[in-house]
Amino acid sequence: MLRLDHVSKTYRVGSFGRGRLAAVRGVSFELQPGEVLSVIGESGSGKSTIGRMVLRLLRPTEGSITHDEVDIAQLHGHALKEYYRRVQGVFQDPFSSYNPIFKADRIFGMVHTEFFPRVSDDEWRERLDDALESVSLNRNDVLHKYPHQLSGGQLQRLLVARALLLEIRYLVADEIISMLDASTRIDVLNLLADLKERGLGILFITHDLSLGNYISDSTIILRHGCIVEMGATEKVFGDPRHPYTRDLLASVPLLHEKWSREDGAAANGGRPPEHAEVPKLVSVEDDHLVAAG
Amino acid sequence: MALHVEDLRVYYRTLAGDVKALDGVSFDVADGEIMGLAGESGCGKSTLGKSLIRLDGRMRYVGGHVLLDGEELPIWDDAAMNAFRFRRISIVPQYAMSALNPIRKIGRMIHELLRSRGVSSNGIQKEIDRRLELVGLDRSVLDLYPIELSGGMKQRVVIVISTLLDPSLLIADEITSALDVSTQKAVAQTLVEFRDRRFVKSMIVITHDIAVLYQVADTILVMYAGKLAEKAPADEIVANPRHPYTRLLVSSLPEVGVRYAEKQLVGIPGRPPSLLEPPSGCRFRDRCPLATARCTQEPPWVEQDGRGIACWEASAAPAAALPVAVESG
Amino acid sequence: MSAVPTAPLASPSDPSEVEIPAPARPMSGFRETLHFALRNRKLVFGLAMTSALLLIALIGPFIAQHGPLAYGTDLALRPTTHGGYWFGTTLQGQDVFAQFVNGLRLAFIVGAIGGGIAAVVAMAVGFTAGYRGGVVDEVLNMITNVVLVIPTFALLLVIAAYLQVRGVLPEAVFIGLTSWPWAARALRAQTFSLVSRDFVDMARLSGRSSRKIIVKEIAPNMSSYLFMMFILLFGSAILIAATLDFIGLGPSNTISLGQMMQLSVQNAALQLHLWWWFLPPGLAIMALVGSLYVMNVGLDEVFNPKLRDM
Repeated sequence: MLRLDHVSKTYRVGSFGRGRLAAVRGVSFELQPGEVLSVIGESGSGKSTIGRMVLRLLRPTEGSITHDEVDIAQLHGHALKEYYRRVQGVFQDPFSSYNPIFKADRIFGMVHTEFFPRVSDDEWRERLDDALESVSLNRNDVLHKYPHQLSGGQLQRLLVARALLLEIRYLVADEIISMLDASTRIDVLNLLADLKERGLGILFITHDLSLGNYISDSTIILRHGCIVEMGATEKVFGDPRHPYTRDLLASVPLLHEKWSREDGAAANGGRPPEHAEVPKLVSVEDDHLVAAG
Repeated sequence: MALHVEDLRVYYRTLAGDVKALDGVSFDVADGEIMGLAGESGCGKSTLGKSLIRLDGRMRYVGGHVLLDGEELPIWDDAAMNAFRFRRISIVPQYAMSALNPIRKIGRMIHELLRSRGVSSNGIQKEIDRRLELVGLDRSVLDLYPIELSGGMKQRVVIVISTLLDPSLLIADEITSALDVSTQKAVAQTLVEFRDRRFVKSMIVITHDIAVLYQVADTILVMYAGKLAEKAPADEIVANPRHPYTRLLVSSLPEVGVRYAEKQLVGIPGRPPSLLEPPSGCRFRDRCPLATARCTQEPPWVEQDGRGIACWEASAAPAAALPVAVESG
Repeated sequence: MSAVPTAPLASPSDPSEVEIPAPARPMSGFRETLHFALRNRKLVFGLAMTSALLLIALIGPFIAQHGPLAYGTDLALRPTTHGGYWFGTTLQGQDVFAQFVNGLRLAFIVGAIGGGIAAVVAMAVGFTAGYRGGVVDEVLNMITNVVLVIPTFALLLVIAAYLQVRGVLPEAVFIGLTSWPWAARALRAQTFSLVSRDFVDMARLSGRSSRKIIVKEIAPNMSSYLFMMFILLFGSAILIAATLDFIGLGPSNTISLGQMMQLSVQNAALQLHLWWWFLPPGLAIMALVGSLYVMNVGLDEVFNPKLRDM
C-alpha cells in the first residue's frame, strides 16, 4: 500500500528566496493495488507535485510517503531501484519523455540493462512482445522508430509498456492523455482501466473531471495544495458537498445540458496566505470526506 | 451573409512537397452566428482560421474565394490584408495569452497597438474601460504587466483588444484550451456576450473540445484531414450526428456521469492520413466502419435543411447503425 | 540551441497542425546531416581552408631546407628559390619558410591541447552545475567567475618569471585552464534547459545514476553544440597564443607564428619593408582562425534545421 501522511511541499520564491510558496499542504491519502485514485485539480493545485513526490523526484518538506510501511525518503541506491521496480510514472508530454536523438525503443533497452541485466536477449524479446501486446501495439509499427515518427498515443502506450515490463504495482499517470486527440484518448484510458482490473494501482492525476469520473474508484479534489473533498467517486461526483467541487462540476461543459448563467464564485477565489491553516477533513458519510470551513 | 468561403485551398510548402492542409472547403457564416470549428489535430481547422486573415507567412494560398460582407478578402496578399485586419476581421490566435509582451504594461501595449493601426486611443479609452468592466476586469488591469494576470484574465484582455474596433468577424483559435475549467466557462461565455451585444457580428470558434462548442456555438462544423465532414446546428451534431467520423468522435467523449464500469467508450482506430499525399476519394475511408467501394470517389458536400455532410453512406441512409457497437459493461 | 539533426522536415512550427509523413526512403539522422553538410558553402570552404593549412603544417617541416632557428649568412633575403629560401630570410638570416611551417604546426598543437583542455574543464563544470543545481551550482559558479576575472597576462608574467624554459605545452595548458569559463556558462545554460525535459526524469525512474544521465542522455543531445564549442575553443586558443607570443610571453625554445610577428616588429621589419617576414604569419593566423569560425557558422546551419535555406 502506498500512503501519504500529512505531506507538504514548500518552495522558496522571490528575490533571495525570502518568499514561500506552499505547493502542497497537509495531504494524506492511501492507494491500494487494483484501485484507481484520481487526483483532480486545476493549475496551481499541486497535483503534479504530489505525483513527483510519489515518484521520488521531489522530496516532501513535511510529512512522509510510505510504501508498505517503509518511508521512501530513506531509500537510496539499491533500495531506491527496488522501489522503482514497484512504482513508475508516465508524464503529460509524450514527445518530451523521449530523448529525441535516439530511437523510441531505447527506453526498453534501459530497463533491460538497469533492472534485468541477467535476462537473456531472447527472453527479453519475448517479454517485450508480451508487454506490447498488453498495450495493443504491433511490434512492427513501433520498434526501431524515432519518437517523431510515432504518434502521441503510441508513445504514451510505449511508456505504459515499459512500466509493465518492470512488473510494477503502482503507476503514477500525470495528465497522460491531455495531449492526445479525443479519438485516441479513450483507448489509452480503457487500457488503464484494463490494467487496474489486473491488479495495478493507479494514481490518475488530471484536471479533467469527466476523465476522472470515467475511470476512477476514488477521487480527491485538490485546491491550492489542500484537499477539499475526497472519497468514492460516485459519492464525490454524485453528491458534492464542498462549494468548490460544486462550482467545478457546474463549469464542466456537458454534451446534453447547457451551462447555467451563474458565476462560479468559489472557484475563482484567490490563493490563501501561506501560513493559513490546512482545513480539516470531516466525514459526511461512509467513504466521503469534506474540508470544513 | 457575413462570411462566404468558396473552395478554399491552402497548402504548406515543405522540403518533402506540399502539405495539403486545407483542400477545398466551402461554407457560410451568417450575421450574428457563432460557428464552431471542431476536429482533431492535423484536420486543418487552425489553418483555416489563420488563412482567413493570412496570419502565417508559411502558408501558400492555392485557390478559392473568401467574401466578407460581400467584399472579397485579398487573402493572397499580406499587405492588402492589412486594411482588413483588426478593423473588419480579427483573430485571437492560439497561445495568444502567452504571447503578450512581458515587459509592457497592458495599457501601454493597447496604446501601441492602436497607434500602429492608425486609431487614436483618446477617443477609444472610454470604450476600453467599459468593455473591460463588462468582462469583469477592473480598469487597474491596464497598469499591470502580463505576468501579474492569471490565464483567464489575460485571455479576456486579449478578447477585448481584438474586438475593440467592432470587427465583422472574430476568429478565436483554441482560446479555452489552456484554461482551467472554471475560467474556461467564463471566457466562453464572454464570447457569447460580445456577440449578443453586437461588438462582433459573427464568430468562428476553433477548438478540439466539442463540449465547449455545444455550450456556446450555434452551428458546428467538423473537419477531417483538410476537408469538411459535417455541418449542423450544435444541438443536432451532438444529439444526432450523421457522418461516421462525427458519430465515432461524439461517442468517444467521456462525460461526467458516465463511468467505465457502466458504459465503455470506444475510440477510433488508426491515424489520420498523411496530408502530403492524401488518399484519393474520401479521406476517412481507411478508418470508417461504413466504407464501401463507392468511397474511393470523393463524396460531394451536400447541404440540406441547414445541415451539410460529405459522405456517400450517410447521405443515403442517415440513420444507419454503425457496425462498431458501443459496448455496455 | 536545440541543434538536433533528426528534426522533422516540415516548416510549420506547430507540429500538431501538420502531419509529418514517414519518408519514403528513411534517411538516418547522420546521413541527413551529411547531405546538408556537403551542400553548405561555408562549411565546405572553412573545412577546405583548414585542411589545406593542416596539410602545410604536417608536410612543411619535412620539405623545409633549413631548421627554423638556424642562422644563415644570407640576411634579409627576399623570397627566392636560391638556397631553398622560398619565403626569404629574416634580418638574422633565418629561413622564414621553415619558421612559418614550424609555427603553423605549433598553432595546431596549441589549438588542440589548449582547446581540448578548456573543453574538458568546461564540460565537467558546465554539466555538473547545470544538472545538480543548488549548492553545487553556486560553488561552481563562483569558481567560474573567479577564473573569468583573473588577469591572465599578469598571471602569465608571474609564471614566466619562475619557469626557466617555457615550451609550447605549458603555454597550451595555461590557455586551456584559463579560457573555459564562457564555455562552461553556455553549457550550464543548455544543460538547465535539457534537465527540465521529461526524458531526464524518465532516466531517473529507470534507476540511472546522475553521471550516467549526463554522459548518456544530456551530452549526446548536445553533441553538435559540443562539437561547435570545441572548434571555437580551438580557434580562440590559437588567437590567445598568438597574442601572448606577440608580447613576448611565448615559448622560449622554438618559433611560433606570433613570435615571428613579434620579432619582425622588434626588428623594424615594417620600416625596412621586409614584408615577407610579417605577412605570412599574420595571414596564416587570420586564415586559420577565420576559416575555423566560418566552418562553425556553416555547422550551425547544418545542425539547426531552422537556419537552413529552403
